Amino acid sequence: MARTKESPKATSALGPAEVRKMYRNMLLARTIDERMWTLNRAGKAPFVIPCRGQEAAQVGWAAGLRPTDYFLPYYRDLGVMVTLGYTARQAFLSLLGKSEDVTSGGRQMPGHYGWEERHVITGSSPVTTQVLHAVGIAYASHLRGEDTVAAASLGEGSTSQGDFHEAMNWASIYKLPVLFVVENNGYAISSPQSKEMAVQDAAERALGYGMAGVTVDGTDFFACYEATLQAAERARRGDGPTLLEFKMYRLLPHSSDDDDRTYRSREEVEAWKDRDPILRMKNHVLEAGVMTAEEEGALRSEVQAEVDEAIAYAETAPYPPVEDMFTHVYAD
Amino acid sequence: MAVRNLIDGIREAMHEEMARDERVVLLGEDVGKRGGVFRATEGLIDDFGEQRVIDAPLGESGIVGVAIGMALNGLVPIAEIQFADFIHPAFNQIVSEAAKIRYRSDNDFHVPMVIRAPFGGGVHGGLYHSQSVEAFFMHVPGLKVVIPSTPADAKGLLKSAIRDEDPVVFFEHKRSYRLVRGEIPEGDVTVPIGKARLVREGKDLSIFAYGLMAFYAEQAADALAKEGISAEVIDLRTLLPLDREAILQSVARTHRALIVHEANHTMGAGAEVAATIAEGALYELDAPIRRLTGPDIPAMPFNTPQEEHFMPNPEKIAQAARELLAL
Repeated sequence: MARTKESPKATSALGPAEVRKMYRNMLLARTIDERMWTLNRAGKAPFVIPCRGQEAAQVGWAAGLRPTDYFLPYYRDLGVMVTLGYTARQAFLSLLGKSEDVTSGGRQMPGHYGWEERHVITGSSPVTTQVLHAVGIAYASHLRGEDTVAAASLGEGSTSQGDFHEAMNWASIYKLPVLFVVENNGYAISSPQSKEMAVQDAAERALGYGMAGVTVDGTDFFACYEATLQAAERARRGDGPTLLEFKMYRLLPHSSDDDDRTYRSREEVEAWKDRDPILRMKNHVLEAGVMTAEEEGALRSEVQAEVDEAIAYAETAPYPPVEDMFTHVYAD
Repeated sequence: MAVRNLIDGIREAMHEEMARDERVVLLGEDVGKRGGVFRATEGLIDDFGEQRVIDAPLGESGIVGVAIGMALNGLVPIAEIQFADFIHPAFNQIVSEAAKIRYRSDNDFHVPMVIRAPFGGGVHGGLYHSQSVEAFFMHVPGLKVVIPSTPADAKGLLKSAIRDEDPVVFFEHKRSYRLVRGEIPEGDVTVPIGKARLVREGKDLSIFAYGLMAFYAEQAADALAKEGISAEVIDLRTLLPLDREAILQSVARTHRALIVHEANHTMGAGAEVAATIAEGALYELDAPIRRLTGPDIPAMPFNTPQEEHFMPNPEKIAQAARELLAL
């Protein structure tokens, strides 16, 4: 079984317009994220779960799949959602628990994604349950002879859960088209990776299941995108699942209720800001001539305006009526 | 119609539904070649193949979690948990996931699936092959909890559970598999979920029970009849949603209520039945509500005298009825 550690070369077939779109997705996720945090600090949003630092991997792996595939993102995957077409309006409607929230009609906390139309399967707060669902989804597709892939993402902390083991085992026994996407940001809330696993790379665990394991620089959009394309191709060929590990850093606390000053130094955080994936992608688009500096500035303004409009819209949007809380317990 | 075992009803329901609907699949430990440790799935792999009758890796959370994924993608899985005692590793998948998927997605997703598990004691199963765990799941809106007590209901209720659009936890009393015999209707006969069964009418008291205890309650009623006591027996059949109307109507007829279950006393299904009566029919009662249940000890001991002492039986039920009538 393949066990690769080097990042795939940035030999992407993406044209300039597509690269620009990917950069826009990353920027939009980042901008939404920043403004959510501000709203929380202003007392206007009860809870935020940030994606900052993980945008390259999130946009990369989502873009590496097809609309007909199945997506089981975890709570930090705003970048995945934006890549699948999730708008700033939708993000803020969910943040504020408004009726129009496409993920749950205002029932779930923000970050608990689900979007039937885009094959995003509803998720919960107990971590790692979704990886087993991905296996079942892939089994059903496989049984019908379809060539769709089911991709479930999780933090590296979730690799400690029993469901992770059971899902990897099932998927490899039946060679199912599943991608296990570990977004390794170095921390499970406050616990560093050294207290979560005894191995250097989470992807090493793939060996024990007889499946491919790949560790990728998660701050490099192109590397994440290419690794996903290759894993999806393997899955569609019938060569089984892949454990994809994207290594990066969670630039913010776990959530708006966390204070990371209690468990990691400011020097550590500042050092990682030099490797901010947005900065890296910005440098790429400018150096590769995908955009001029003026165009890049205009794109930022455009994204800011979209987010401004979305917040204004969401703040005045109605909550669901109280009586609606009793609906959809069972089929009507 | 020939008289057959309860487990035949279970097997026949699965066979017919798998033949009727190719979306129905079965997964669990030893359900394929072995046909299940109780032989409930015997022969299904021969008729439907190993892609639809899946010998799962040994892990209950995996079995239920994978079944949820299947249900999310167009299949109708029947997940077998080998013994109800082993269902707890899957509790998170059942309670946090299956039960809440429709609600949390505002009806965008739902999981039509059945989780079958043999439960109950009286078979020298000791602490970990005898438990009655139904109360845990009765507390979870979004689930349905069904327990048949006759071969006909085993078939009819399981067929309904497989066709249900929501997750159904289906408990089968393992002692009743080959103890309880009766006719099983041929062909496509379903029994509705959510409706209790009036086993026999009576005037002096109502006995509410389910599973093996409903079978025992009927035997107790036979014995009581010889003493001139007319006992009504209600087989609850579905614990969630509970048929409260049937319970209240019966109490209105008999004015005395005896609730029987094998699960331990505190917070068992009987507590909800008693509360239903207290809230809805208190002034109909001529005597306090009585519960006859397993004792509040961690689980059923293996040795014969202690196991027998744990289990309610027809004689204990009849005695409890006599005491209730003496009040």
